[in-house]
Amino acid sequence: MKAKGKVFKYGDNVDTDVIIPARYLSTGDPKELRKHCMEDIDKDFAKNVEEGDIIVGRKNFGCGSSREHAPIAIKASGVSCVIAETFARIFYRNSFNVGLPIIESSEAAKKIEKDDELEIDFQTGEIRNLTKNEIYKGQPYPEFIQKIIENEGLVNYVKSNL
Amino acid sequence: MGMTMTQKILAEHANLKEVVPDQFIEADLDMVLGNDITAPVAIKEFFKMGGKDVFHKEKVALVPDHFTPNKDIKSAEQCKYMREFAYDKDIKNYFEIGEMGIEHALLPEKGLVVAGDVVIGADSHTCTYGALGAFSTGVGSTDMAAGMARGKCWFKVPSAIKFELTGKPNKFVSGKDIILHIIGKIGVDGARYKSMEFMGDGIANLSMDDRFTIANMAIEAGAKNGIFIVDDRTRAYIQNHSTREFKEYTPDADAIYDEEYTIDLATIRPTLSFPYSPDNTRTIDEVEDIEIDQIVIGSCTNGRIDDLRAAAEILKGNKIDRKVRAIIFPATQKIYLQAIEEGLIKIFIEAGAIVSTPTCGPCLGGHMGILAEGERAVATTNRNFVGRMGHAKSEVYLASPAIAAASAITGKITNPEDII
Ligand code: SF4
Repeated sequence: MKAKGKVFKYGDNVDTDVIIPARYLSTGDPKELRKHCMEDIDKDFAKNVEEGDIIVGRKNFGCGSSREHAPIAIKASGVSCVIAETFARIFYRNSFNVGLPIIESSEAAKKIEKDDELEIDFQTGEIRNLTKNEIYKGQPYPEFIQKIIENEGLVNYVKSNL
Repeated sequence: MGMTMTQKILAEHANLKEVVPDQFIEADLDMVLGNDITAPVAIKEFFKMGGKDVFHKEKVALVPDHFTPNKDIKSAEQCKYMREFAYDKDIKNYFEIGEMGIEHALLPEKGLVVAGDVVIGADSHTCTYGALGAFSTGVGSTDMAAGMARGKCWFKVPSAIKFELTGKPNKFVSGKDIILHIIGKIGVDGARYKSMEFMGDGIANLSMDDRFTIANMAIEAGAKNGIFIVDDRTRAYIQNHSTREFKEYTPDADAIYDEEYTIDLATIRPTLSFPYSPDNTRTIDEVEDIEIDQIVIGSCTNGRIDDLRAAAEILKGNKIDRKVRAIIFPATQKIYLQAIEEGLIKIFIEAGAIVSTPTCGPCLGGHMGILAEGERAVATTNRNFVGRMGHAKSEVYLASPAIAAASAITGKITNPEDII
């Protein structure tokens, strides 16, 4: 499984409230949520994001509440992967569970810049920066996490394993 | 490579000889927990997954505690949905009013968690059971749904921070003061992703209730779990509450810890967290005159019998300031009854406090004691974020039951040493 796209870059502590503000939580519909994704930190995100694009943050990405709406909104925007130095714990779990691939790599999170073009191989955990001609190493996922991602989330994964 | 207590428990539940930090594993679960807020969402996901029966009728616990006794129609409907599922699926550990208690006080009391278990709960304070030498952690509703369906959960193996506790805490220094002291030291993300492992000869000086309080707030340092080494007191507690076999895990001599702290409990002072973060701590000696409107004694952090005894010791024969509303909520029915038998409830009522049936109630700003704009409360709960107990401009000061009780008498934040 591979992903390719251009980068949206953010800083430390991108919290679940800026990823999807609480005022839009009255719906769980991904199509509605994507309209407001990252609205409070980057109001043009929803307009500019394209299928396959990649979000790169720094420390403690996804901190705050346990709302699963946050990774759902990012995924519904077409984002193929989120890379950060570190993720907040519950966001981390929820991302895999809703089928949003995420990678922790301090090197990648530090060196990658806005609008860089990346290619990610989820089997090897390799992140290629096509713009800068650099390669960073993330941790490859074990088989069953890959299966969760390939099944687009835990619900489908469990369905095929019950 | 040596393993920590947590790593050993996870390895065994994943049927692996060894695990290393950051490794992804899938582990067998001994208990899956949900409450009236998270379980209804999880039940919907469970059906979407094609779930029919839960993986084990005795290894799922459903506890309506947050908005119960139902505070409004919406919460009544959520509880109804959960209740019907519990009866339909023949879930043995469903605890309705009359039998219920705050989930994290109830499960150990009912003997549903023992040392060596792996437990997930769709509630962030599921980490409480680490006091018993179990691995337990909070998850999202989808994880809970999958846990109910398959009896398994995926984990990323955590690294750990070791806390070597020595010495004996002074009077009026409880588990709450110790954990607030630690969170103040390492910060709200000081243990992010990690286990907090507690050991050392000072542990012998901590009651089980102190340990529950400490493990309960591991999440407030960002930890995945907090866990105590098992000693005689743990064994006695488990044997008194459960018929289940349990297994003790000790860290390997060459276990690797990211950081190690040695904390002399004798040096810790009564400690509070000021608004709006649990790591914004001060010792009682650093607190100037702060007038208060309410005190709350209870919650999964401090609603156990030790906590009620500590409050009663201070309130006995005293009157609560007439400007202060004092709300005390025992965490379970059993604790409530014990408090009646010990005469604690009489002391509370004579001092001018009210005593509530077990509920999360005011802890999450649900019901039973919401704060108005500008009001201040001293609470024995675990979070003092903006708006946690009511209006966004209200303030919560986290503290021990002794500080809360002393403050109720004077109407301002008070050192219990000044009352007795
Ligand atoms: S008492 Fe408070 S912290 Fe504990 S489970 Fe209830 S709401 Fe959560």
